[in-house]
Amino acid sequence: MNPRYLPLLATIAIFILAYALCYSQYPNMLSTRVVGNLLTDNAYLGIAAIGMTFVILTGGIDLSIGSVIAFTGVFIAVLLANTSMHPLSVFALALLIATCFGGLMGGIIHTLEMPPFIVTLAGMFLARGMAFVLSTESIPITHDFYDTLQDVFFRVPGKGRLTLVGIIMIVTVIVGVVLAHRTRFGSYVYALGGGLPAAKLMGVPVARTTVCVYALSGFMAGLSGIVFSMYTSAGYSLAAVGVELDAIAAVVIGGTLLTGGSGFMIGTLIGVLIMGLIQTYIIFDGTLSSWWTKIVIGGLLFTFILLQRGLVWVTSRARI
Amino acid sequence: MLLQGKSITKSFPGALALDAVDFNLLPGEVHALLGENGAGKSTLVKCLTGAYRRDAGAILLDNQPINPRSTLEAQDLGIGTVYQEVNLLPNLTVAENLYLGRQPRRLGLVSTRRMNAGAREILSGYGLQIDVSRELSSYSIAIQQIIAIARAVDLSGKVLILDEPTASLDATEVQMLFSIIRHLRDDGLGIIFISHFLDQVFEICDALTVLRNGRLVGTAKPADTSRLKLVNMMLGRSLEEEIHKEKDRTASVDPVQLQFKNFGRSGHIKAFDLDIRKREIVGVAGLLGSGRTEMAELLFGAVGHDSGEALAEGKPLRLTSPRAAVAQGFAFCPEDRKRDGIVADLSVRENIILALQGQRGWLRALSKSEQTAIADGYIARLDIRTPDCEKPVGQLSGGNQQKVILARWLATNPRFLILDEPTRGIDVGAHAEIIRFIEALCDEGMSLLVISSELEELVDYSQRVIVLRDRAHVAELTGDAITTSNIIRAIASDGHEDKVLAS
Ligand SMILES: Nc1ncnc2c1ncn2[C@@H]1O[C@H](COP(=O)(O)OP(=O)(O)OP(=O)(O)O)[C@@H](O)[C@H]1O
Ligand SMILES: [Mg+2]
Repeated sequence: MNPRYLPLLATIAIFILAYALCYSQYPNMLSTRVVGNLLTDNAYLGIAAIGMTFVILTGGIDLSIGSVIAFTGVFIAVLLANTSMHPLSVFALALLIATCFGGLMGGIIHTLEMPPFIVTLAGMFLARGMAFVLSTESIPITHDFYDTLQDVFFRVPGKGRLTLVGIIMIVTVIVGVVLAHRTRFGSYVYALGGGLPAAKLMGVPVARTTVCVYALSGFMAGLSGIVFSMYTSAGYSLAAVGVELDAIAAVVIGGTLLTGGSGFMIGTLIGVLIMGLIQTYIIFDGTLSSWWTKIVIGGLLFTFILLQRGLVWVTSRARI
Repeated sequence: MLLQGKSITKSFPGALALDAVDFNLLPGEVHALLGENGAGKSTLVKCLTGAYRRDAGAILLDNQPINPRSTLEAQDLGIGTVYQEVNLLPNLTVAENLYLGRQPRRLGLVSTRRMNAGAREILSGYGLQIDVSRELSSYSIAIQQIIAIARAVDLSGKVLILDEPTASLDATEVQMLFSIIRHLRDDGLGIIFISHFLDQVFEICDALTVLRNGRLVGTAKPADTSRLKLVNMMLGRSLEEEIHKEKDRTASVDPVQLQFKNFGRSGHIKAFDLDIRKREIVGVAGLLGSGRTEMAELLFGAVGHDSGEALAEGKPLRLTSPRAAVAQGFAFCPEDRKRDGIVADLSVRENIILALQGQRGWLRALSKSEQTAIADGYIARLDIRTPDCEKPVGQLSGGNQQKVILARWLATNPRFLILDEPTRGIDVGAHAEIIRFIEALCDEGMSLLVISSELEELVDYSQRVIVLRDRAHVAELTGDAITTSNIIRAIASDGHEDKVLAS
């Protein structure tokens, strides 16, 4: 078997195992209702994590996405409250801003050869600050269109609901998979993660790819912000603090190498679902503190980083 | 004129790498670019293909000025290049490496199936039947090199540039490459060929251009020049006609220093017996994939052995890890300097003392002045071309990087040194000096195992030559039996005959 599938398979195995464990204690957890909620509750994280996966595959990082989610939410809430713009045009505007913001960071990273960590850290403060400038209060969103959106869902047999938010996430994942594995852009993303000098000499459009990857991450964060605002019906500048770290955790648990160049989009979805599953379990249990989520995720992260190290070591030994 | 460079100039901080160099390539011509390590060959190639921005000068393709600002533009103009150092991306599959940026698409999406089929077809032209959906890094350096060549050939509509493409290939593969080059030449491509192997240059090239210290020395036809003249042009001095001192081939009378008994690892290399005497130079020959590097890794403990034992002067040796081996006075200069070798961002000095410091332990740190003294010593003895010992190694030319690695292991003053392709990419001038230097070290008591694809070199200095085939020792030549033809015969004789002999 091809060793590059190993982290992905490990992720899938852990997911199945965890689900089986949960099921053995709470048979209800296999209901379509729980699965539907799992998708809905984690949609904003999943969407942001897909964008983050692209960034991490190039060997970069994007710390700004939590702030961009908050900014987008406040931006939408403020515009809807104070203008008569239709939510769809507000969404388009928000996505445009988020995408440009990401692209700008990508441009800076490439032209000034600055570490992505620093640039996106600055972006994180900037976006959060802009959200505060718009409003420091939590602004509720009351718009008929929002109610309509929230009522869009498919019933699945067994009382489950596939909400619009969940559908958006699934579509995002599909788009992410196609983009990463079936387009030239995707191969450039992996190429950057494999080594900048080699990629340059092989004719990879490094500048364009870098800008596009951060723009994509910005777009996904914007989309995630829209979804978050639908989910919470509010815009609040202190929302989504630390989502970037959850997204990074999901990407790594999904089997993507933090140093870039290796991983699968679908792994990120499963990473998000594993994290959601732990949370669901804690809610089912009722006695456990929510801190257990963090502890288990910490343990999983550590395991995966060990696994990846081991794998890198093994494959570098086994040459044909 | 197919490709023309007119007074191309390029300077790096502290070094003028190219000083108004002219270069002309005709269609249907194989043009060699020659020069010492650090002469500026790779820099010229990189300026022509847009990997570096030139400071001054013009480039003409088909008499039209071109100005490639990136390698992508050069590729689109029909210039395919194999660069000397980084060739491909280890994390992509073989097929993706071959097709990066031009994957076959259907309905806008990359068709992996067609890409893999195409990749298999391309590689079968090079006699490679491998799984193209595996990552590149799972294949050996030689295979990676062939893949890099295949990609460049496939990209080259007009010009093909090969910067030391044959360094990790053995004779059969070189011949295969040459037949492909001849074919392309007959189709009217222009080919730039950089190599330190003068035999290869005379065999394949129609014209040659010599650089020295970033300046153009001259252009010539191989028919009008000789090896000797060429070397003079490259070095700017004559290489003393080697008094080919008849090597003392009488078997060494020194005591056996190391004994490997039934040493092996299944799936890696078949168990073998090997005695190594003090002051002895043992050569290892064999085709690529015959187990040469595997043998070296096993001896050095980089992979554990699962049978047999090692003895030093009769006492058992623990060779469970490279660390243990270094502690026993072993040293191993590996084949792939990019992967296991240089630390590009560290200075020449730091790279040279790295292994020595590791051996001493960090508690007994070498002082800066000791380090500088050691580094300067090797810079002088191995003729490493660098302004000073504080320059980052990544900025040296390819051959000079190789010398730095060699220096690193020589500095540990080992009792047993394993060299895997030590003279790869090293120019004719330095080549002879390095070999004499190694011989001198052996006279001082070191034993040496050298793996090399250059048979003349092996014949030149080995007291014994071991021939490997299919991951097993198949022959051992000693004394007067050490000749290139005998080695070739041992490599080529088919396994069948052997079995008869063995039974
Ligand atoms: N990136 C760089 N930064 C600074 N100096 C450099 C850089 N690349 C090359 N040089 C310098 O330019 C000179 C020419 O180097 P180049 O790599 O062209 O040599 P070369 O002829 O290809 O040698 P070799 O046979 O060893 O490959 C050397 O002195 C080298 O130190
Ligand atoms: Mg070079």
